[in-house]
Amino acid sequence: MPVNETVGDLNLDEYKYDFITTSEPVFRAQKGLSEEVVRQISAHKDEPEWMLDFRLKALKVYESKPMPKWGGDLDGLEAVLDEIYFYVRPQDQMERSWDDVPDEIKNTFEKLGIPEAERKVLAGVGAQYESEMVYHSLREEWQKQGVIFDSIEDGLKNHPELFREHFGTIIPTGDNKFSAMNSAVWSGGSFVYVPKGVSLDTPLQAYFRVNQERMGQFERTLIIIDEGAQAHYIEGCTAPVYSTESFHSGVIEIIVKDNARFRYTTIQNWSNNMYNLVTQRAIVGAGGHMEWLDGNLGSKLTMKYPSCYLMGEGAHGEILSIAYSGDGQHQDTGGKVVHVAPYTTSSIVSKSISKGTGRSTYRGLCKVHEGAHHARSNVECDALLINDTSRTDTYPYIEIEESDASVGHEASVSKIGEEQLFYLTSRGIRADEAMAMIVRGFIEPIAKQLPLEYAVELNRLIEMEMEGSVG
Amino acid sequence: MSDVPVLRIEGLEAKVAESELGILNGLDLQIGKGEIHAIMGPNGSGKSTLAKVLAGHPGYEVTSGTVTFRGEDLLTLEADERSLAGVFLAFQYPVEIAGVSIANFLRTAVQAHLPEGEELDIFDFSDILTERMAMLDMDVTFAERHVNDGFSGGEKKRNEILQMAMLKPKLAVMDETDSGLDIDALKIVADGVNKLLAEDPDMSVLLITHYQRLLDYIKPHHVHVMVDGRIVESGGPEVALELEANGYRTYETIEPSANGSAPVA
Ligand SMILES: Nc1ncnc2c1ncn2[C@@H]1O[C@H](COP(=O)(O)OP(=O)(O)O)[C@@H](O)[C@H]1O
Ligand SMILES: [Mg+2]
Repeated sequence: MPVNETVGDLNLDEYKYDFITTSEPVFRAQKGLSEEVVRQISAHKDEPEWMLDFRLKALKVYESKPMPKWGGDLDGLEAVLDEIYFYVRPQDQMERSWDDVPDEIKNTFEKLGIPEAERKVLAGVGAQYESEMVYHSLREEWQKQGVIFDSIEDGLKNHPELFREHFGTIIPTGDNKFSAMNSAVWSGGSFVYVPKGVSLDTPLQAYFRVNQERMGQFERTLIIIDEGAQAHYIEGCTAPVYSTESFHSGVIEIIVKDNARFRYTTIQNWSNNMYNLVTQRAIVGAGGHMEWLDGNLGSKLTMKYPSCYLMGEGAHGEILSIAYSGDGQHQDTGGKVVHVAPYTTSSIVSKSISKGTGRSTYRGLCKVHEGAHHARSNVECDALLINDTSRTDTYPYIEIEESDASVGHEASVSKIGEEQLFYLTSRGIRADEAMAMIVRGFIEPIAKQLPLEYAVELNRLIEMEMEGSVG
Repeated sequence: MSDVPVLRIEGLEAKVAESELGILNGLDLQIGKGEIHAIMGPNGSGKSTLAKVLAGHPGYEVTSGTVTFRGEDLLTLEADERSLAGVFLAFQYPVEIAGVSIANFLRTAVQAHLPEGEELDIFDFSDILTERMAMLDMDVTFAERHVNDGFSGGEKKRNEILQMAMLKPKLAVMDETDSGLDIDALKIVADGVNKLLAEDPDMSVLLITHYQRLLDYIKPHHVHVMVDGRIVESGGPEVALELEANGYRTYETIEPSANGSAPVA
């Protein structure tokens, strides 16, 4: 099969992965969202009756809910949604081994650096191409330990009881308009279960990309970390540039049981025309520990507020996020921590960078319920503005129903200073490189938490973004 | 060739950019290869402004005069190009760069100084850095600290000299490197500069200082007095000793002559 590609010249505001690989989808539902489309998806996935009912109910909820009036500008979205294919499936078969993956798809991964950068380190790889898992393997000893790392579809097929017990329990269908939409048309994503007391040293990584024009991606992930278990899940994704608007709306549900520890790392680098509206939430049991590490780059508009519901005594939730908004982009991100039980602790650290006409909004909620005595929470959000035209806003909401709680909030806004630039350039460092250095320094507290290859990648992206930012 | 001065400043006038505030008012100065010059002057006389104008700070605008560095027009170069050409400024107030380690910062700067296409050998770099830090009595762990972040006054100044030692300039402008240093730190810094001078006798130094003290350790060949954005007197090391004894008061009432130097009363 011929491969057409246009590789962007990695210039300023050029999208890094600006290439398109042709591939013939095996099945594609019609444009737009309707009951018929939902039925087609469910039938195509050969789903049990309860899931079809779940989807159809969700569709009703979606239709009944108005577009949110807060957050970013969603005015152009309705028209976009009419033009989207809600389901595309590239292959009929799930691939088990790398050798079986068609060359063309490998090609796409190759450009993303997956084979070299990830494969050898990866214990289990779930790579999502278009709407479905293409390549999926799990290291043998994990299998022996009873760890499940499947596509969400296989999760439903192979572990029906475990799946049904937890699916949709953390983020109810009606949580918001887009979680309802996802519930109706979800396709692709991961299903992870780590049994009691099992501790995984190597992160589970899923890579996926959207590669079909006007195709929405509705990934759905369900992760269950059983009592005393430990794991780290990493997801990075990139999308190629298309001229029409694109749409991504994921739902990520996570259950961290008593004394378990879990970290979910995402670096998302969407093309500039993408609406990215994601709902991700974790509930944390007693003594449990949940961390979201969230990096958002690119997209036209991202609305994403990872949340931790601290349900058991002594549970801890942490949200670390980096947002980068270039020209014409809006990152409306932040986090939510909800303290339900006593002695729960949480922290949100958010760093945003806005360049050109880019805009970053921090939107956060810290809620302490009555009875969550001795709860402690700290929020820190720092914004860095590169140009005079860049913009940032902060909306921290704090609701405290318990007198015996301590909640701190700090916010700062800084501009890259002339003195900093002069200091670095006076050492022979080019001005754009100096900018990138200051920006990297700004996000360093979060970037150092990333696995090395992701930190390197993030630094490279920032360097590219800073090219031509001076003058 | 040896007659061409490293630095020749003629009739230099400069103001704060986008303002009418003139600071340098017709300054002349010439520094030869391997020479050590000191500029002394009261607070606010424009010493730091001169240093920053030489290094290419965009916040100042040269309105008149010329600056020639090793035969080339310095004023047309950007700050980074001046560094590559061999100008180094040790800042009076070094700037904090959060999240950037000294090692990373220096690696980038040293790499920038290499010819196009040449890659810095990371092991060589690391060896040189370790050796230079030892020379300045700095602990190796210092390299992992973020640039000037939470540094004491003395640490900041030492860090400036470390950068100078890594970049090996042709002309080092040291703006009040001695202020805020106790006598031990002052000796370490002065020792470091003297070692660099021993390594490269062609390096020229412009010391900006308030006090004679530094000049006991780094011996200048020429001393200039700056008042109101001009050099009002030039001479040998004795000028500094006189200043130490009499202060700057003598100069304040003197209207400098057109050529920028005035007789001492
Ligand atoms: N960017 C600036 N904006 C306004 N005033 C300035 C600026 N830079 C220097 N000045 C003024 O110019 C004069 C000389 O300053 P400076 O060069 O720092 O003197 P010195 O280093 O000799 O103490 C001072 O009065 C100072 O306040
Ligand atoms: Mg000064």
